[in-house]
Formats: sequence, structure tokens, C-alpha cells
Amino acid sequence: MRKASTADADSEVRQARQVRSLAREVAAIAALLPGVLLAATLCFGAPADPSQIPSIFRPQSTPANSILHLSLLVLAITGAIFAVVFSLLAYSVRKFRQRDGDDGREPAQVYGSNQVELAWTVIPILIVLVLFLATARVIHSIQDAPKPAGAIEVIAIGHQFWWEFRYPTLGVVTANELHVPASNPANSTPTFLTLLSADTDHSFWVPQLAGKTDLIPNRSNHIWIDPQETGVYLGQCAQYCGTQHAKMLLRVYVDSPQQFDEWVREQKRLWVSNDTVAEGRRIFETTACVNCHAVAGTVADGRFGPDLTHLMSRDTIAAGAAPNTRENLRAWIEQPDSIKPGSLMPAMQLNEKDLEALTDYLETLR
Amino acid sequence: MSSESIALGTVIESARPIGERLHDWVVTVDHKKLGILYILYALFFLVVAGIEAIIMRIQLIVPHNHFVSPQTFNRMMTMHGTTMIFFMVMPILFGFGTYLIPLMIGARDMAFPRLNAFSFWMTAFGGLLLYFSFIGGNGLYGAGTAPDVGWWAYAPLTSRAFSVGHSTDFWTLALLVSGIGSIGAGVNFIATILCMRCPGMTLGKMPLLAWLNLVVGGMVIFCISPLTAAQIMLCIDRYLGGHFFDTQAGGSAVLWMHFFWIFGHPEVYILVVPAFAFVSEIVPVFSRKPIFGYPIMVAATIAIGFISFSVWAHHMFTVGMSAYGNSFFVFTTVAIAVPTGIKIFNWLGTMWGGKILLRVPMLFCIGFLFQFLIAGLTGIMLGTAPFNWQLSGSYFVVAHFHYVIVGGIVFALFGAFYYWYPKMSGRMCNETLGKWHFWLFLIGFHLTFDFMHIPGILGMPRRIYTYEPGRGWELWNLIVTIGAFFQAAAILVFVVNLLWSLRKGEPAGNDPWDAWTLEWSTSSPPPDYDFATTPVVRSRRPLWDLKHPEDPDWKYE
Amino acid sequence: MSSAAYTRTTAEPEWVLPSRGRVGMFSLIGAESAVFTIFVVAYIFYIGKSVAGPTPADVLELPILSTICLLSSSLTIHLAVRALHQAKVGAFGLWWFVTMALGTIFLVSTGREWHHLIYDKGLTVSTNLFGTTYYSLVGLHAFHVTVGLLIIALAMVFTLFRKVKPEHGERAEVFSLYWHFVDVVWVIVFTVVYIIGR
Ligand code: HEA
Ligand code: HEA
Ligand code: HEC
Ligand code: CUA
Ligand SMILES: [Cu+2]
Repeated sequence: MRKASTADADSEVRQARQVRSLAREVAAIAALLPGVLLAATLCFGAPADPSQIPSIFRPQSTPANSILHLSLLVLAITGAIFAVVFSLLAYSVRKFRQRDGDDGREPAQVYGSNQVELAWTVIPILIVLVLFLATARVIHSIQDAPKPAGAIEVIAIGHQFWWEFRYPTLGVVTANELHVPASNPANSTPTFLTLLSADTDHSFWVPQLAGKTDLIPNRSNHIWIDPQETGVYLGQCAQYCGTQHAKMLLRVYVDSPQQFDEWVREQKRLWVSNDTVAEGRRIFETTACVNCHAVAGTVADGRFGPDLTHLMSRDTIAAGAAPNTRENLRAWIEQPDSIKPGSLMPAMQLNEKDLEALTDYLETLR
Repeated sequence: MSSESIALGTVIESARPIGERLHDWVVTVDHKKLGILYILYALFFLVVAGIEAIIMRIQLIVPHNHFVSPQTFNRMMTMHGTTMIFFMVMPILFGFGTYLIPLMIGARDMAFPRLNAFSFWMTAFGGLLLYFSFIGGNGLYGAGTAPDVGWWAYAPLTSRAFSVGHSTDFWTLALLVSGIGSIGAGVNFIATILCMRCPGMTLGKMPLLAWLNLVVGGMVIFCISPLTAAQIMLCIDRYLGGHFFDTQAGGSAVLWMHFFWIFGHPEVYILVVPAFAFVSEIVPVFSRKPIFGYPIMVAATIAIGFISFSVWAHHMFTVGMSAYGNSFFVFTTVAIAVPTGIKIFNWLGTMWGGKILLRVPMLFCIGFLFQFLIAGLTGIMLGTAPFNWQLSGSYFVVAHFHYVIVGGIVFALFGAFYYWYPKMSGRMCNETLGKWHFWLFLIGFHLTFDFMHIPGILGMPRRIYTYEPGRGWELWNLIVTIGAFFQAAAILVFVVNLLWSLRKGEPAGNDPWDAWTLEWSTSSPPPDYDFATTPVVRSRRPLWDLKHPEDPDWKYE
Repeated sequence: MSSAAYTRTTAEPEWVLPSRGRVGMFSLIGAESAVFTIFVVAYIFYIGKSVAGPTPADVLELPILSTICLLSSSLTIHLAVRALHQAKVGAFGLWWFVTMALGTIFLVSTGREWHHLIYDKGLTVSTNLFGTTYYSLVGLHAFHVTVGLLIIALAMVFTLFRKVKPEHGERAEVFSLYWHFVDVVWVIVFTVVYIIGR
């Protein structure tokens, strides 16, 4: 350390006043930012249906819940660090700013201080340890959770721009809309998913149910969820997978156990032949459709595109890109690019009549 | 002597035919000219990649917008990211390093002037290759033009099966070529700083900028080369039919991720450490105090350099590593907060008790400190793996890294521009325009990137060209887009300021900031040979010693 | 103010700095070793992961002779550099030539090995993962040998035209660092490819 050049001539009163106004300013700025964010979040939640907002702050399943708890801890710690360091910064800019009428002399030349530097090395080390231990606990509790007997098994396969879901034990195959039973603490029926990919990387992310995990070719990953409230939870693919990564949406239907059993029963039904749509069926089976799509109980057994056996049981088509209505189906078959430009289904160049018949046929796939 | 000789210099310069002058710049091996070339080249790409960002933002202003097609959006996204990282921030930092290091260590040039020119032209050529893809990228019908695989280009999206045409070829070649240039620059930085210091400048007396760039040099040679190796493999896959990343033939997609991030994470510190270097030079001068805790600043930087090689998999928390793997990378990731925090606190310590002059360079540095603090803390949130499982791949990540890169690095860069512009051009930057630039950019920055965190928390993934209405994302995207336009306006002001001040700015003189390092002892702009006589130093602040002969620094160090 | 104010006034101990040639070469070697590390890691990672044959055990033979040649060339280049430092230009030329010859033998035998693998065993880069990683790693090393040999050949030409002087000892020494590095890499490649990987 070196000698001080001159002591500042500020009077005590002025200093006190300054400190007070400074404190007010700091508080105002510090409150402003999160305040604005919070207020905006709250009032903006309103116009949209809150249940449609896949916010990580409204978890509905154990993994998402334990993540939220950890997150709040991390937010509190980082928030406190921010408050302290920001106040120091604001204070020094205010306090040590060169004033008008400065005497032009250089301030005391200080080169450092071992004690202070030690302090601001050791304190962060302690914080880091706390953060690490808290995090490691949550990692293990989520990743190494045992699989209970009543667990539902699902294989989720990512395809360029749509999801395939297979229930190996239940013998059900579906696409884009995952159905799982609600789990309750007394009779826990969590769903364990095995994540695979047919082409590029994807990521399974339904924020309210669990953190995301990637679907990677040549590799199998695992996650589990145990939602307790019935309802629809929204998510979407969170790993860039090509042109239509944006429209690889994901819906998880959490059904009551009875609804779920009912749904499984429906899904296992084969297609019942229906003469009124024989023409549509003929077109479907003679056009390339069958190369890519399966309809159980018919010759169609393609696996490149979604299984269409129970197409009409789904609320949306093309991975949530459009509601499942007759017009949309027709538009989709006529020109998939009109709904999802870049999707891997080709336009089949059908004429009006065939298109109608084909759509009629698809509408019987319930 | 300065203003006269500059005027004279300009007259002589303009008397020579333009072709000859251009030729001088093209064949130059002078570190100052190459530095300026790097900087101009990078500024050009800042505007190009900025316009790409604006295009993305316009597309995202409302849900289901039809401003551009998904293919175009993905290309803009990839080109924006690649350009900004490899052809904007890296070259501009190398440019400042090339310009300043010899001047600050009292040398006449870099250790290998011709290698220096080679590095610059390789980088430049890489950028041209990347942008040539707009013309040459469509090998097959409908395969499109520019690369659209994202800036990490995860396998197998880059394999020939999923990326037809030549766009990915241009991408990988561009990075291969510019990577070789970067390695050259890294080698040159190290050799210059270790072997060219003027008498008296021991390692402990180098300006922090030299120290930090030494660390950057070390990181460049050890982290760009894995990228180069990975690009060679990708080339082998794409041109020779190899299977490194071909998942059909047993290749591994995760291997590419590891290779990319072993490069990618140290890379972000390569970007930020030179920014730290600027701040470490500017903050002391405008606080009128020496840097607080010089030795520990150096130690912290070296620590950051080392730790940064052990954290890469924090970009891969979602690929399904074991719980132990995840925990390990959580530890290293949060541990890096310690040396980084030391740096922040030492800058605060430097300001504490000083006389802070709020000139434009200092304003930008204060902005840096504020924003880097927040950005680092969001980094900590991302670093705690379970939290990351929610945030990864969402707009929260995008907000985090723009907060560091734009709020931190770009702010420090602008500070550096205002600080060293007088040295490079001989004229001061206009202070009023500078303040406009600062405030506009500050407002634009916060509008854009503060509000970008929120859609991430509400489940909005990144790299999507459009999104569904009704998920609570609309308002935030609107604000973010508006903010981007503020930033554009600010950068416009900046460019105008640079051009205007070149002709009309006040003559700067040798030492306009009353600063302490060697570059201010020579004329502005410095003569070809930098120093008429080789300087000799006895402390970290040679000019302080000179200005305060009664109380020189070397008595205390 | 002029920088003249900094010229040293008092007699101070002499100011010595490391040689930039060496520092530069060591940095380059650092970068190169990172490149090789990545290739070696990829090789090790993919050992035994090929989905179709041939396997290393089927086709690879130990390249003992070429290994001996390459490794001994490290010794000869060292002798050459020492000769130059001692101003024995003739001896330098001799050892330099031997180095070149040994390096060439190595390259030629690698070439023959590849010819054998490609035409007799049907192993190419695109055959399987083994092919891809093998040709890449060995090829990358061979590329470095080639670059080294070109430089050696250039210096040989200068020697023949009597342009090499004892003051070039420093440069020759810096280059020899590179050559030693290439040898060390071969030891690693040899171990990984021909011993562990087989
Ligand atoms: C360019 C500079 C830069 C810098 C400096 C940083 C700094 C940090 N980053 Fe960031 N990061 C990026 C650029 C940068 N990052 C980029 C470009 C990406 C995304 C790439 C892509 O996906 O496209 C990314 C992504 C990224 C991820 C992956 C997100 C994902 O995709 O899932 C993570 C996760 O851990 C992370 C963490 C961190 C951490 C912990 C730091 C730390 O270094 C921060 C340390 C600083 C502080 C903590 C603040 C100051 C410290 C104190 C005041 C002391 C006290 C504090 C404590 C004890 C906590 N970053
Ligand atoms: C150095 C790094 C850097 C910098 C400075 C920036 C700067 C900006 N970035 Fe960028 N960004 C990245 C690196 C960077 N970015 C990376 C690595 C990615 C990831 C890519 C990937 O996912 O692969 C990314 C991704 C990214 C996204 C996400 C894309 C997606 O995931 O879909 C967005 C979206 O808003 C964005 C926006 C912006 C904006 C608005 C700016 C602004 O700050 C830009 C301001 C500059 C200008 C606007 C230019 C100057 C303007 C003029 C001279 C005026 C005239 C021009 C007009 C207005 C037409 N960036
Ligand atoms: C080349 C393969 C291919 C052919 C041929 C093909 N499809 Fe598809 N189809 C797909 C793919 C891939 C998808 C998923 C697209 C997406 O969501 O991105 C799809 C989706 C669909 C869907 C929406 C399914 C859902 O659950 O969202 C319907 C309906 C459909 N196809 C009907 C048809 C009909 C009818 C034909 C024949 C006229 C046909 N497809 C021919 C590949 C094909
Ligand atoms: Cu699938 Cu993104
Ligand atoms: Cu990182």
C-alpha cells in the first residue's frame, strides 16, 4: 500500500445524505428489474389459458417438482450474490465518481490486499460447495430412482418431425400424443420412457412433467414421469433436428386410470372393414401410402410415417401442426407443405375425387 | 510532434495512387495494419450477421409468421451463430491483440510477421468460403444453399443422408481453414509475448492485456485444434465416405458432441478473456488507480484457462450421462465461478477509492461488469444439471450466452474501440455520439436479452422458426424483436461515429487518456517501427513512473 | 513526450528472452498433439465397434522395419544438428541425408502396407469404422512425415548447393523438434493401432 494523496474534503452531512439517496437509487434499480419481470409475467399469464403455458414453474410430476425445488435454491443463492455485487458496483460508481471541481490529484494508489482477496476467494468456494452438494443430491434422486412394479413402459422414438410411441407390454402403437395414467402416491403408476431415435437427435421435453432428455440414434436414454393431475401437458422437441424442428410438438394426455384402460382397449382394436369407404381404402393401399404408414388389420405396414390405425383418436395431425379436422386432413394429404413445409411426407398428386375418397377412408380409422 | 507529422503523413499517403495503397495493405506484414484489417473485416461481419439476426427476429415477432420459410430461418440461424463466433468476435479480438500486444510490450512487431499475415488471410478466406455457400451450396435440386445445421452441427444431421448438397461442406471447410488461421494467431501471440518483450519487462511486469492474451494463445492452440481435428473427420465422412459420425454404420453421434464441446467451451473463454483484458486496462485508467491484486488476476486467468478444459460436458447434460458424470461436470462448472468472481471483485477493488471518470470507454466497462455478473449467474443456473434439464435447448440458454457475448464481450469491445481508437487513428471519437451509442445499445440490449429469458422458462425451445400462439410467449418475443432494432440503431450510430471521427475528430496526441502503458508513449498512430528507440521499463506502469518521478511504481512492486 | 525517455541509463543485467523459433515450434507441437489426441481418442473409442469386417486382427501386420527406421531417424537428425552446431557442414549433410533416407523408407513401407490393405484385403476408408479410423490416424501421421520430408529435402538441396552455414544450426534444431514430435506420435500410433487395437 501507498500513502494517501489527500483526504476527501466532503463534510459528514453531505456524505450521509449522499449515502441515503444512493441507497434509495440502488434499491429502486434492484427492485425495478425483477419487479417488471414479475409483474409482466403475472399479467401476461392472463390472456392465454394458463394450463396451456408449459412453464417450468408449474410442475405436475415428481422429477419436475424436485427440479423446481433445486431451481428455487439456486435462484435464491444467485439472487443474493447479484444483490451484493450489484450494490457494490452501484455504490462505487456513485461514491467514487470524479466530481466537478476536482483538484486533479491522483487518488491513493492501492495495489491490492491479501486479506480482502483471500476473503473473496474463500466465500465463493463455500458457496460452490453448497451448490454442488445440493445439485448432486437431486441428480441422483432423479436419475437413479428405482422402477416400481406398477410402472407403465413406453418406447418413444424420435423421427424427423414426429414422435412414435410404443407400449411394448400393452401392445399399443401410437404417434405424437402420449397417453399415460395419472399416478397417485398410494398406488404409484409412473411411466418409464425409453428414448430412441430413428434418424437425427431430438429431445423429449414436457416442462411440467420432467426435464428434457435427448433421443439419440444408436443409444437408448431413459426418463420417468409420474403426473398426478389429469389433463393435457404441452411440450415439444428441444433438440434441433432439421427443417421442421419447430413443428415437432408433443402432447401428453394424463388420463384417470379408468380412462387410460379404456384408451388402451380402443387402441388395440383392429380396423373393421367398412364397405362405404372401399374406394378410399383401395387408393390408400395402391398408392405409396402403405410404404410409410401402418393400419393394423390391413396390408399397410410401413413404419417410416406415423401409425394411422387410430388416426381419428388423435386431436392433432402431423405432430401437433394442425387440429385433426377433415379439412386439415384433406389439405395435408393434398400438400403436406401447406401445413408443415419441409415435412418428410411427399404430396401424392391425387385428384379431387380420390382425395375425397381417401379422406373418407382415413376418417374411419378411429 | 504528433499532429504535424500525422498531417504530413496523410498528405504523403493521399499523394500516392489508390491502387498502390491498397496493394500495401494486401501484402502488409505489419502488425498494426493486420490488426486493423482484422477489425474491419470483423465489423463487416458484425453487420452481416446482425442483419441475419434481425431477419430471425422479424420472423419471430408474432406466432405463425410467414416472413421467411423454415429453411431460410434455419440458414439464418446457422449463419448468424457461425459468423458471429468465428468471423466476428474471434477476428476482432485477434485484431486488437495483434495491434496492441507489440505496442504494449515495447516490441516492433509480432514474433512472426509473415505468419501473422497468413493467419489473417486464412481467416478471411474462411469467411469467404462460408458465404460462398449461398452461391455454391446447392449441389442437388432443392438441397438449398447456406448450411442449416446449427452452429454445433450435431451428427448425424451433417451426414450426407440428412444434409444433401454442399452447404455443410462449405461450413466444415470454412471452419477448417479459419481454424488453421486461428492456430497460427495463437502460436504468434505466445511467441510474441514470451520472446519479444522490451528490456525490463519481466513476466510479472507485463500489462494484464499481454498476460491475458498469453493465456488466450495457449487456449487457442489447445482448443481450436480439436475442432480442426473434428472438422477433418467430418470432411473424411462427407468426401471419402468415412463413418466417424455415421450412426448407420455404428458411428457415434455423442462422440461429435464431445469433440465439439471440448473445443466449444474453452472457445467461449477464448472470446471472453480478451474482453477481460480490455476491462483490465480501461478500468484502472479511468479510476486513476493501478489494477487491484495484479498477481491474483493473473492467477485467476490461468485458473480459468485450465478449468475451462474440464467443463465441456455441461453442454451435454441432456444426452443421458450417468449421475456421476453429470455430478462431475456440475462441480467443475460451478467451480469456474471462483476465479471469475475473483476477477469481478478485483475490478471493483480497482474502482473502489478511485476517481472514476465516466467517459465512454468506462461507461461500456461498467455496462460489462453489470451484465457479465448477471450472465455468469445465469450460467451457474445452467450449470446445475437438473435445472439445466429444464433450461437447456431453450431460449434461456440463448439469453444466457447473448448476455455474456453481447452484454459482456461486445460491451467491452466497444469500450476498447473508444479507448484505443485515438491510438489507431490519431483522432478522438466523438464523445456525444459515443454516449448516444452507449445508451441506445444499453436499452436495446436489455430489451432484447432480459426478456429473452422468460419464454425459455415458459418452455420455448431455441432454433424454432415459428411457435404456437397461446403459450404465453407472444409478448416476450415482441419486446425482444423491438430491442433488436434498438441495437441496430446503436450500431449504426457507432459506425457513423467511427467514420465521422476519422476525418473530423479532435487530434488525439500521444496520450489522450493520461494512461500508463507503453502504447501511449509513441505517436498516434504509431510509426511503422512502433518505437524510435526500444523502451525500457521498470514497473507495470512505465508511464506512471515517467509522470511521477518523485513517486514511481517500481518502488512498491 | 518521446519514448527516448525509457532508454536504459544504468548498467543492468543482460536482458535475455527465449528464442522465438523454439517457443513457436513448441506451441505448434502443442496444437498438433491436441489434433492427434482427438484422432487417437476416436480410434480407441471405435475399437471393436465396426458392424462389418475386416477386423484389425485379420489384416494388420506389425510394421517393425519401418518403425525402426523412423525411430532411428530421430537419432540421425540429432547428430546432424549437433554437427552443424560444431560447424561440421559435411557431417551435417551426411546425417541429414541419412535422416531423409530413413524417413523415405518409412513412407514407402506405409504406402506398401496401404496398397496391400486396399487391393488384397479390400479395406478402404468407407469399408467400416476400422477402415475409417485406421486410414485417418495413420494417414494423418503419414501426412506429417511427408511434410517433414519435404522440408528435409529442401534443406538437403540447400546443403548440396553449399548454402547451409553453421549459423543455421538454430533453425535446423527447431525443425528437429518437429521431427522428434512426429516420431513420438508414431510410438503412440503404433501402440494404439498395432498393439492395443489388434
Ligand atoms: C462467451 C462467453 C461465455 C462465458 C464467459 C460463459 C460463462 C459461463 N457459462 Fe456459458 N455459454 C456460452 C458462452 C459463455 N458462457 C455460450 C456461447 C453458450 C451456448 C452455446 C450454444 O448452445 O449455442 C453457453 C452455454 C452454457 C451452458 C450450456 C447450456 C445448455 O445448452 O444446456 C452452461 C451450462 O452449464 C453454461 C454455463 C456457464 C457458466 C457456469 C459460466 C461461468 O464462467 C460464469 C462465471 C461467472 C459468474 C458466476 C459471475 C461472477 C462470479 C461471482 C460474483 C462470484 C460468486 C459467485 C458464485 C460463487 C456462484 N453456459
Ligand atoms: C458473437 C456472438 C453473437 C452476437 C454478437 C449475437 C448478436 C445477436 N443475436 Fe445471436 N446468436 C449467436 C451469437 C451471437 N449473436 C449464436 C452463437 C447463436 C446460436 C446459433 C445456433 O443456435 O446455432 C445465436 C442465436 C441467436 C438467436 C436464436 C436463434 C434460434 O435459436 O432460433 C437469436 C434470436 O433472437 C439471436 C439474436 C441476436 C441479436 C438480436 C443480436 C444483436 O445483438 C445483433 C445486433 C447487430 C446488428 C443488428 C447489426 C448492425 C446493424 C446495422 C449496421 C444497422 C442496419 C441493419 C438493419 C437493421 C437491417 N441470436
Ligand atoms: C415417404 C413416406 C410417406 C408416404 C408415401 C406417405 N406418408 Fe403420410 N406421413 C409420412 C410422414 C413422415 C408423416 C409425419 C409427418 C410429420 O409429422 O412431420 C406422415 C403423416 C401423415 C398423416 C398424419 C398422421 C398423424 O398422426 O399426425 C397422415 C394422415 C398421413 N401421413 C396420410 C398419408 C396418406 C393418406 C398417404 C398416401 C396418399 C401418405 N400419408 C403417404 C410419410 C409418408
Ligand atoms: Cu425433433 Cu427437434
Ligand atoms: Cu460452456
